[in-house]
Amino acid sequence: MPPDIEAIAEQVFAALADPSRRAILAVLATGGPVTATEIAARLPITRQAIAKHLALLADAGLVTAEPGERRRVRYRLRSAPMQVAAQFLAALARDWDGPLDALKDHLDKVPDKPASRRPGPS
Amino acid sequence: MGFPDRIERTIEIAHPPAKVWAALTTAEGLASWFGNQASIDLRPGGSAQLKWTEGHTADMRVERVEEPTVFGFTWHIYGLPEDDPRRTYVEFTLEQVGAATRLTVVESGFAQLSDDVHGKAHDGNTGGWASELAELVDYLDAA
Repeated sequence: MPPDIEAIAEQVFAALADPSRRAILAVLATGGPVTATEIAARLPITRQAIAKHLALLADAGLVTAEPGERRRVRYRLRSAPMQVAAQFLAALARDWDGPLDALKDHLDKVPDKPASRRPGPS
Repeated sequence: MGFPDRIERTIEIAHPPAKVWAALTTAEGLASWFGNQASIDLRPGGSAQLKWTEGHTADMRVERVEEPTVFGFTWHIYGLPEDDPRRTYVEFTLEQVGAATRLTVVESGFAQLSDDVHGKAHDGNTGGWASELAELVDYLDAA
């Protein structure tokens, strides 16, 4: 089954819509792979809630658990789905209206230079 | 949801295509409306660069040059790592309308998918780690 780019973006944005999951992802993004216990030490969120959120994030493919002894399992951010979300945001953030307005203004100020073109058919 | 792949704008400019073409395809033109500094090697495969005084830079690769009607280039997708091969394609089309120009810009390719989006990590982990995580929940609940 081909990956569905829209489904991936939706999972990222759904994950980001929750402040606790946002905080967990921010911890993983800034500090690299960490255990659930370490996340619990850094955030005002219960360990049970962190485990629940990590399970959801892993199911969505947004984090992966590194192999290891159960208590020492470290969670790592997966950048690929985040990049899909970044592509979505890049399209929303692309501003053509501003530059095109600037182009119009620029052309209104520049005098026409018909002399620069060769007269007659070439 | 609708993942946007393509952005399109059309504007009418009260100047002939030759003048619009110069603004789009010369360093002097680009630097006066798009960036603060510009360089361009105007041929398919040629490099172009825009610089802004804020420090931002955009590197482009010229793809289509059909004076004075089509100018196309590709550039990096903002927000992706520098070494990511995905690029969007920007194409300007100039159409003469009387003494004026209808300018259309289309930027496409935002919805390209890289091969690693659903790589092994996703397929392999979803099942296996769900059970591991269930055990983790039990462990934490007991703590």
